[in-house]
Amino acid sequence: MGLYILRRLGSLVVVVIIVTLFSFSLIKFIPGDPVINMVGYFDPKKIGALRHQLGYDRPFIVQYVDWLKGFLHGDFGQIFHGVSGGSPAYAQIKRALPVSLELMAFAMVLTLLFAIPLGVLSAYRNGTWLDKIFSTTAFGLIAIPDFVVGIILLDFVAVKHGWLPANYTYWGQNHLDHIKSLLLPAISLAIGQIAGYMRLLRSDMIQTLQEDYVAMARAKGMPDRRVLWLHALRPSSLTLFTVAGLNIGALIGGTVVVEVVFQIPGMGTELFSAITQRQYQEIQSFVAVIAIGYVLVNLFIDILYTFLDPRVRSARALA
Amino acid sequence: MQELSLSPEAGTAPVGGGADVAGAAVEPVVVEQAPSRKFGIGAWLASIWLVGLAIAALIVPFTSLTTNPKYPNLADVGPFKSGAHIFGVDAIGRDQLSLLLWGARSSLILGVGAIAIGMIVGGFLGLAAGYIGGRTDTLIAGVFNVLLAIPQLVLALALVTALSNDQPHISGTSVSFTPVSPARRLIVLIIALGIVSIPVLGRITRANALTWAQREFVLAARAQGAKSLSIMIREVLPNVLPAMFSIALLGVGVVIVAEGGLAVLGVGVHDPSVSWGVLIAGNRSAISTGYAYLLMEPVVFIFLTVLSLNYLGDVIRARFEFRDSAL
Repeated sequence: MGLYILRRLGSLVVVVIIVTLFSFSLIKFIPGDPVINMVGYFDPKKIGALRHQLGYDRPFIVQYVDWLKGFLHGDFGQIFHGVSGGSPAYAQIKRALPVSLELMAFAMVLTLLFAIPLGVLSAYRNGTWLDKIFSTTAFGLIAIPDFVVGIILLDFVAVKHGWLPANYTYWGQNHLDHIKSLLLPAISLAIGQIAGYMRLLRSDMIQTLQEDYVAMARAKGMPDRRVLWLHALRPSSLTLFTVAGLNIGALIGGTVVVEVVFQIPGMGTELFSAITQRQYQEIQSFVAVIAIGYVLVNLFIDILYTFLDPRVRSARALA
Repeated sequence: MQELSLSPEAGTAPVGGGADVAGAAVEPVVVEQAPSRKFGIGAWLASIWLVGLAIAALIVPFTSLTTNPKYPNLADVGPFKSGAHIFGVDAIGRDQLSLLLWGARSSLILGVGAIAIGMIVGGFLGLAAGYIGGRTDTLIAGVFNVLLAIPQLVLALALVTALSNDQPHISGTSVSFTPVSPARRLIVLIIALGIVSIPVLGRITRANALTWAQREFVLAARAQGAKSLSIMIREVLPNVLPAMFSIALLGVGVVIVAEGGLAVLGVGVHDPSVSWGVLIAGNRSAISTGYAYLLMEPVVFIFLTVLSLNYLGDVIRARFEFRDSAL
């Protein structure tokens, strides 16, 4: 077990190095001079000095190693404000990251809160009209992009009718308004996910319900409710975890877009403004932070998996 | 919506790890989904919608429909609906039907083009990995894992930014930026979203090639002295194709949606090109201003298209019953 985690951590380091190398080399493909683009004005002397100061005149690999060293020490590069100089990108990321994480967690809770009962119910009532309605609805919902849900909800619920706020409120400003302002974006992210998870849980549960031990539990006279929630859900939850891990990527992508739609000051909005203002140093660090977070989550889910399922543990012990 | 991750059921391989996969021991078996295995009425409707759309997108340049504003006269500028413009006219006087069909053209070219790249490159790599195995497999699976270690929309965003960034113009000490040409932006979008779809298609191909490579007829071909490449293409590939096509159909929908997301972020196709994503992003306040149809029409187009693609993908999957999970 320990060896396995160690090996996974080793491959994680390799992945992170390649990913950051990749995000770092993207700057080479950008048309024009990256320093001029970032600063947004042209003054040969100052640009030359700045290029030297930022190290863009050194060999690529030296630049990369320097950047990586800085990154590991929390130097995420600079954001340039024209002639008036730069400010550290670290502060922006530090401010934006918790906002996005909260939104994603909120969406995830909503997803599981609805997907699990609906999936279980659908599997239990497999083949009935209820199941058919649920399944068809879920199939349709998957075909609606999250940003479309976001745009419609924002414009209809918040702007047109004012039922919920259209602007983001920080937790520090007002607790209730904060939660209200997160509700629509979280719903936008959750709807497609609920449908996906529900379908998956349903098909998985239908299989589980045909297992002998479920028949046994029923034969003993155990109430259906207990069989469903205690005996059948546990093995199916493994699948749910795997998919949750895989879907984190989609959730991050969705969050980036939905944040921009709702103007939530998280990573997505920050990335968006970094891109429109050509802040390549900030973009590099953003991509690296997101990739590392994503890889870590997947590692965590893998490890959790081995704890949850004895079969994986023993298979690994043999290997 | 699963932004770029293809079908929630597909694959159990963890991202960013080695070839040893926790999911190998416990594979979620996907039970046949709601659509039946027959080519039923739903599949016909889906096919008709997609074929009709493809034909409309092909012939629209040869019709009188253009995306140029038709109402330079400010008095006639929309938004309004009339008998001559059943889909309406937008705020700068463009006929919405033209926009939708030209948008279909961009969106479909993008979806099909990107997935074609993914199928050719990912398919070849996946086939080689699954058939040859050993170090080749470890290397290729490693490449897939690295590509999958960046959330796909973020990867696409980074690629589009790098490859089609605004062109700087220097005059004196001031620098101004103009966007690259719409054609270049479209090509870059196809390449970027194509790269993003390589590991997804590659992984499903690899998983299926792995199982088919163990079959007797492959061994027989090898015993007869057939070359590896010819076995891969003539024996393994035909059996893997249904799985690839099923995922590819879903993939076209995912790419179309992804372009919509990029359009919201301001890096979709741009003027005078339009896509459904651009139309949605551009009309995002149409409901509150009272012209909901401007927003809902592209939404319905994207919805029906993605729905049709998903449905057909499921029909193929149910028909061929290939293993859905990545090994």
